[in-house]
Amino acid sequence: MSRELRLPSLGADMDAGTLVEWRVRPGSRVRKGEVMALVETDKGIIDLECFEDSTVERLLVEPGTRVAVGTALALLAGEAAPATQVGSGAEVTAPAVRASPAARVRARVLGVALEGLAGTGLGGAVTLEDVERVARTAAAVPVAGKAAGLRAAIAAAMSRSKREIPHYYVQLTIDFGPAAAWLGAYNAHRPPLERLLPAVLLLKATATAAREFPAFNGFYTAQGFESAAVVNLGVAIALRGGGVVAPALLDADRKPLAQLMPELQGLVERARRGHLRSGEAASATLTVTSLGEEGADAVLPVIHPPQVAMIGFGSVLERPWVVDGRIEVRPVLGASLAADHRVTDGRQGAQFLARIRDGLSKPEAL
Amino acid sequence: MSGAGEAPVVRERALELLRGMLRIRQFEDRCAQLYGEQKIRGFLHLYNGQEAVATGVMECLGPEDSIVATYREHGHAIARGIPMTTLMAEMYGKREGVSRGRGGSMHLFDAATRFYGGNAIVAGGLPMAVGLALANRLARRSGIAVCFFGEGAAAEGEFHESLNLAALWHLPVLFVCENNLYAMGTALARSQATTDIAVRARTYTLEAQAVDGMDVLAVAAATRRAVASLRAGGGPVLLECRTYRFRAHSMFDAQLYREREEVEAWRERGPLISFTRRIKAAGLITEDDFQRLQAEAEAEVDAAVVFAESGEWEPVEDLGRFVYAETGA
Amino acid sequence: MSEARTTTTYREALREALRAALRADERVFLMGEDVGRYGGSFAVSKGLLAEFGEERVRDTPLSESAFVGAGIGAALGGLRPIVEIMTCNFSLLALDQILNNAATLCHMSGGQFPVPLVIRMSTGAGRQLAAQHSHSFEGWYAHIPGLRILAPATLADARGMLGSALHCPDPVLIFEHIALLTLEGELAAEAGDVDIRHAAVRRTGRDITVVTYGASLHKCLEAASELGREGIELEVIDLRTLRPLDDETIMGSVRRTHRLLVVDEGWRSGSLAAEVGMRAVEQAFFELDAPIARVCTEEVPVPYPRHLEDAALPSVARIAAEARRLVSRVP
Repeated sequence: MSRELRLPSLGADMDAGTLVEWRVRPGSRVRKGEVMALVETDKGIIDLECFEDSTVERLLVEPGTRVAVGTALALLAGEAAPATQVGSGAEVTAPAVRASPAARVRARVLGVALEGLAGTGLGGAVTLEDVERVARTAAAVPVAGKAAGLRAAIAAAMSRSKREIPHYYVQLTIDFGPAAAWLGAYNAHRPPLERLLPAVLLLKATATAAREFPAFNGFYTAQGFESAAVVNLGVAIALRGGGVVAPALLDADRKPLAQLMPELQGLVERARRGHLRSGEAASATLTVTSLGEEGADAVLPVIHPPQVAMIGFGSVLERPWVVDGRIEVRPVLGASLAADHRVTDGRQGAQFLARIRDGLSKPEAL
Repeated sequence: MSGAGEAPVVRERALELLRGMLRIRQFEDRCAQLYGEQKIRGFLHLYNGQEAVATGVMECLGPEDSIVATYREHGHAIARGIPMTTLMAEMYGKREGVSRGRGGSMHLFDAATRFYGGNAIVAGGLPMAVGLALANRLARRSGIAVCFFGEGAAAEGEFHESLNLAALWHLPVLFVCENNLYAMGTALARSQATTDIAVRARTYTLEAQAVDGMDVLAVAAATRRAVASLRAGGGPVLLECRTYRFRAHSMFDAQLYREREEVEAWRERGPLISFTRRIKAAGLITEDDFQRLQAEAEAEVDAAVVFAESGEWEPVEDLGRFVYAETGA
Repeated sequence: MSEARTTTTYREALREALRAALRADERVFLMGEDVGRYGGSFAVSKGLLAEFGEERVRDTPLSESAFVGAGIGAALGGLRPIVEIMTCNFSLLALDQILNNAATLCHMSGGQFPVPLVIRMSTGAGRQLAAQHSHSFEGWYAHIPGLRILAPATLADARGMLGSALHCPDPVLIFEHIALLTLEGELAAEAGDVDIRHAAVRRTGRDITVVTYGASLHKCLEAASELGREGIELEVIDLRTLRPLDDETIMGSVRRTHRLLVVDEGWRSGSLAAEVGMRAVEQAFFELDAPIARVCTEEVPVPYPRHLEDAALPSVARIAAEARRLVSRVP
């Protein structure tokens, strides 16, 4: 039995992509995780992964073709039977966006992506009004050229976030002294390629804390909140052409720092090349943004729906700090949490941030 | 040769009646041939054997009278004076046809001669004839309405409704029932409890009379009396013309419902054969006259075929025309 | 500029239309069952026999096929007959004449024989007349090319459509709703012929286009008032002419409201409502912001008892509920 390889929706803001290149041919045997094709999206070129050991039967789409999410790209013969059995089609197929004909037309004209838009019409369909509301928000940020698509996608997602998610914020200044000391010692005896950057400590501390605070790690959908079984930590990466993407470090809480560091570097590089893998582009369960390099003291983030929280880190700055009743100069860091009030309250938020601080105070345990 | 109160049969009239029946016969024989050649399609119901009825009735009518006929109406159209050319073009479905090709064999219409079809729903024409007569009456016009139909129509409600209404309102309608004994393949006696159509008409107080439909003179004589009565303000009249069709009901008919011997026996009484024999015997025409009329009719049919062949098809863009009246068209 | 107005009823307006037509043109006459001495089964032609005489107001036998066919013949013969059929259920006895003759002769004769005939008949339910006197067949007749189908819903149309129909060279069927006969209101004293080619927007609104005709118009207007108080604005279109349909007015409105509700007293399956909805799909699909909805008569022969008859017919409550559903928002 053959099944279709369809263009996946790699983000709530993706509704189409252009097939750039096939990495397989009819007859190719592909292993789970292998890259089958390159697809150009509004966010750049993304590797299309194989999720199951398969044999390619037929390629259905020529390179250069722009296709909608859900379009069959190739026919695969699966070696692993379960996913190809009768009745599994619904699982393979991405659910179609429910939108009225008028909303679809208007969305195309206005450049609004329907994927991820919350419909308010009959049966939850996206209506004209929904599209126009998003477009009004997006129109406030004029953009030109190739970045326009990404800009519109960000506009749609962030508008939805601010429209739907009741954010609350908690801030905490963290003594980064212990972490800085530990890092210095760790890096002193290692060649440059094996050294750790402060960012990876922040990420690991966040991921570890998230495992203990599952109410900040997961998705809020029409069915309500559901915490995620894994911690895929989204990392906000600013692109050179403008805009930001937040691909995920998969299972960030379980990987040692020595493994996370090269993965983070690879992620940033792929994001900036516009070459993210499909598995990492849209799977974040909680996201971290860090504006330390830009010199900001702190950042109050906007949650990326359907996630329910986001952590922001500012710069590590030397500041007077009271230790045991004495004033010392210490490296300190502004940490903030934006969280979804439908799921958690400020007290839990404060505890979550405190747990991150505690993690950073014992970096050797990370 | 003449009956009581009847128009005398002089040479000119004999030639005219014979010419009339010959023209119908020749036209239809050619139609049958053209049908086989697929020039004519659809249903083709031929009048062969019944020519005396249309010819005899039409001889007595004037241009002010209205005609309603059935789907077996080629004979009536020709006898009424519609040119063979436009009739043949209609058989072809050409735009030069009398109905612009939109009707075909069963739906010949001609405003100029007040020929209102060409109606292919059995008995459907009778109410219309009543209305045409009503219009004449209300508009104080002298014209009458003449409605042809077969004996099969007498089983339909519209027959009874129409006879009743015409009698009730005392309207100038001449109902001409051409009883050829078979409604398609069903014999009259197999389908109707009363086989005497005139009797049924009398129950609605109509003047009704049965006449030999194979005898053009008898048909004409009865019609002339009926028309005189109608023009004088009398109520509706029904003539039952007892006749026979020699050909099949339509073109694709194995005639399982009647015996060959029966057809042959009626052929002996055929309207053309009997009338020709009779006027020759009376010395009114010669064999030369007959041959000449035959040749003239054949030439007329030839010309009609040429006319139809050279006609044009209505452009498909005009498909939607005439669904509604085109005022000014 | 104000004009003189008189208070009248739908029934009186229909009668006034007949009277005016009989006065205006010698060729016009009325015939049908009980139109004369009885005064019309719904008293529409009451008094006309005395005024115009037996020749022009003609009682007929119970022979729908014969007198409708006679109307066709009289129209062909140069007169302008008005044929009344008591109810549209009875018109089925004359369907042969209406369809096979009135609707086809013009085309079949290549344009030689248009049939300038007007047939009036009552239609609709609401008077507990049960399943052989309560149906709505105007949607069926609207299926037939060659006919023009009118459905007066207002006093002005009851007064004006007949005269316009008589000026039309084609066969025109006018469906007079029995539930409207007692409708009362004001009418301009000099009211006369009306346009019979276009639908009318009876109420403007930006949220939902409601397409209807006949007695249902008044139910729709009532529902619109009710919803107006809830902030939902219905645009109510009275089709008036069911064939040919005025697509332009319908689609123009759908393009503004992006939602369509069709209310039709005919049965749902194969209904005029289905036709209107399908045309909207064909012509305005990309304008639609919600599924097209219909309120029609339930698919049962209209029953006798009041509560069941009410349940079978489109009601203000059903119309309002359907309209609310169309604009409902998911929180």
